[in-house]
Amino acid sequence: MTISLATDHPGMAPSTSERVAAALKRRRRWRTAETVFWAAAVASVFLIPSKHLILNEIAILGLFALSLDLLLGYAGVISLGHAAFFGVGAYCAGLLAKAGIAEPVVGLAAAAALTAVLGFATSFLVLRGADLTRLMVTMGIALILGELANQMAWLTGGADGLQGIVMGPILGQFDFDLFGTTAYCYSLTVLFVLFLAARRITNSPFGLSLLSVRDNPLRAAAVGVPVNARLVRVYTLAAAYAGVAGALLAQTTQFVSVDVLEFHRSADVLLILIIGGTGYLYGGLVGAVLFKLLQDVLAGFTPQYWHFWIGIFLIALVLVGRERVVGGVADTVRRLLARRAGKE
Amino acid sequence: MLTLLFDGIAYGMLLFILSCGLSVTLGLMNFVNLAHGAFAMAGGYATIVLMSEFNVPFVATLPLAFLITAALGLVLERTLYRRLYGKSHLDQVLFSIGLVFVAVASVDYLMGSQQQIVKLPAALQGRIEILGVNVGLYRSFIIAICTVLVVVLQLILSKTRFGSRLRAAVDDQRVAQGLGINVGVIFASTFAVGSGLAGLGGALGAEILGLDPVFPLKFMIYFLIVVTVGGTSSLTGPFVASLLLGIADVAGKYYLPAVGAFVIYTLMIVFLLLRPQGLFARAR
Amino acid sequence: MALALETRGLQREFGALRATDNVSFRLERGARHALIGPNGAGKTTFINLLTGVLTPTAGTIYLDGVDITRTKREQRVRSGLARTFQINQLFAALTPLETIGLAVSERMGGGRDWWRPTGSKRWIIDEVVEIAERFHLVDELERRTSTLAYGKQRLLEIAVAFACRPRVLLLDEPAAGVPEADRHEILAAVASLPRDVSVLLIEHDMDLVFSFAERISVLVNGALFKEGSVDEIAADPEVKAVYLGEGDDD
Repeated sequence: MTISLATDHPGMAPSTSERVAAALKRRRRWRTAETVFWAAAVASVFLIPSKHLILNEIAILGLFALSLDLLLGYAGVISLGHAAFFGVGAYCAGLLAKAGIAEPVVGLAAAAALTAVLGFATSFLVLRGADLTRLMVTMGIALILGELANQMAWLTGGADGLQGIVMGPILGQFDFDLFGTTAYCYSLTVLFVLFLAARRITNSPFGLSLLSVRDNPLRAAAVGVPVNARLVRVYTLAAAYAGVAGALLAQTTQFVSVDVLEFHRSADVLLILIIGGTGYLYGGLVGAVLFKLLQDVLAGFTPQYWHFWIGIFLIALVLVGRERVVGGVADTVRRLLARRAGKE
Repeated sequence: MLTLLFDGIAYGMLLFILSCGLSVTLGLMNFVNLAHGAFAMAGGYATIVLMSEFNVPFVATLPLAFLITAALGLVLERTLYRRLYGKSHLDQVLFSIGLVFVAVASVDYLMGSQQQIVKLPAALQGRIEILGVNVGLYRSFIIAICTVLVVVLQLILSKTRFGSRLRAAVDDQRVAQGLGINVGVIFASTFAVGSGLAGLGGALGAEILGLDPVFPLKFMIYFLIVVTVGGTSSLTGPFVASLLLGIADVAGKYYLPAVGAFVIYTLMIVFLLLRPQGLFARAR
Repeated sequence: MALALETRGLQREFGALRATDNVSFRLERGARHALIGPNGAGKTTFINLLTGVLTPTAGTIYLDGVDITRTKREQRVRSGLARTFQINQLFAALTPLETIGLAVSERMGGGRDWWRPTGSKRWIIDEVVEIAERFHLVDELERRTSTLAYGKQRLLEIAVAFACRPRVLLLDEPAAGVPEADRHEILAAVASLPRDVSVLLIEHDMDLVFSFAERISVLVNGALFKEGSVDEIAADPEVKAVYLGEGDDD
């Protein structure tokens, strides 16, 4: 143990320790831009009532992308099968409601628990092997679950989707309405709460150890970080978050499509996160807004083939260099919203 | 049961021809090309178009499918892929996903989303008896063609100078360059041939595997399984892996139809659990 | 009293190549021990075996008398074995404060803490500052590691290993690649390491070896060729021959 260098004599210059502690505290502080962001989100409830349905989708997508950020942006794990947890969460909440437990928050909790268990169980598979193996295992798991959903039509409704989900009022108080207002407020609140938790977690020593694993797993192990154990944890957490996002979708749209487990969902959420930028938590949220806007514009031209343009966008993005396209915008956004820039 | 085995072997060899290009590309350029299936699809559709628009007989479309897809592969390699060799795996994944999306949507737009039917010539239809086993003629044809291809590929790799240069470049790119081997030419030609083979496989396999715009997405995982399980340091690995996969898939779908597809995925996961570096990977 | 670090018959093959050949090595407590040898002798492989990055094909490793041959990497660190890498292995996006802080925090078992904010434990900051002062990194504490000068990064490499408060510290060519002007800082940092840390130094720079080490082991083709005090090894004609065959050492 060391002798503290702090002094509290008035008039003396602050010691290095005090300076550093103060700087760390400043870094954790809420930035103005962050408050503006959330204020705008809340304001949109009152100011753009006609768009609540799409705003609800954005909030859900944002949460889904946030969950992937925990995995990719903070721990460096590339997953092409994250939709597995989204889908399982959706089916879980939908089925629970159909079974008679129609209180939404209970459904959320159940979905989170189930996907956390699934995430934990599959994390050991994902940790073994290099990048390619990992990609395959994540894809494989999502594919298996997709097949299962298709085959078990008696449970999931198969290709027709899970229908007839009727939700009770949230916490017994707030009924879902036709305009999506309750839905949006509900999703936004859940997103905000989970965001706060994620913010806290990523600012903790655990979060720091994740960053170290992302940047240099060799060195992380060499300073005593139990790399695999930490990855299992964050994978489980990311799975639970994705499960909640899926549950929200099922509950607010009262339908679960079988494509909720499909590859393009995993690919889309990866793209969303990449557009917004990884490693600072807002990337998924910003990306979700941009993605939905992009989708709206593209679907305006070609409702059926808009994935073509997404493909072109991805190719161009990589060729030009992610840093150059996303970098300029993302860096400014990052500077406003958070101090740390992520490694992509 | 022997028929099943035979069918499985046919399927497996087809898978090998489809995947070997991916295996060599991954081993050579360390490039994760998820769009490999798009080349197979291109070959399949080339055959369809040649047969329906230009009345080319089926068997004649096969070498054309190979050449057309090889040319496509060459062009894409020189213009796009080449810029991405040094980039991170994430970038490569994003790029190849983008390419798949473009391919799938383009084909859907141009050819429609229905399953394409290949009308096999009468000579290749029906069944024959080989060694007392009643087998499909077309599948025998596939096995024959694929066997010839495998032998030719192995000969090229082991007996020709190009083959030894390729093996050197796969083994250690920098040293190979230092020895004066033109790695760029090797990359381009290997990618072209690999894509061409995939196209040929797509054309050959259209009858068995089906052909529609989502082919690259449906079969992506199969190619990846072959490559991961078989490793990238030789042709034998992916060959054995493809056979195993083909037989397992056919047998699985026959004996346990309800869980047919799971057999493969579960096997893959079990496999990766036990040997994450693949069956035939060299110990590094 | 147990040796700080010991190996018995340590062996590692890569196919036909025997990279580590029946090495029985002893590191005394409080030692200042150097490991030298021509390029390709297997020095870094040896360090990788000691730290658990590689598994031996035969032999045992003892840390303070305890068998650690089967122990996981991170567990060895917690038992008191730390290392630096020949090429800097740092966290590009983190600051030295976070890097050293991570090592200290993991050591105290705080790495599992997912709720309290980093930096809320004041005494960890104090310890980080103390280590930073020792390694002349105070002014760089809050800058991203990737923006630091190479010499400073090298100091950080040593500092982060030191932050694990190891009983045995393995330094893999600490001065490698450092510009002339900054070398003295590295040499001073290494020289000022406290005596309760036993140090094994791999180096090519003979000045550093002779100024720092008390005992020297010579590794050739994976096997321990010679071992003795600095004077014995410096005067040994066979050691000179091994090096002369390789040309100039650098």
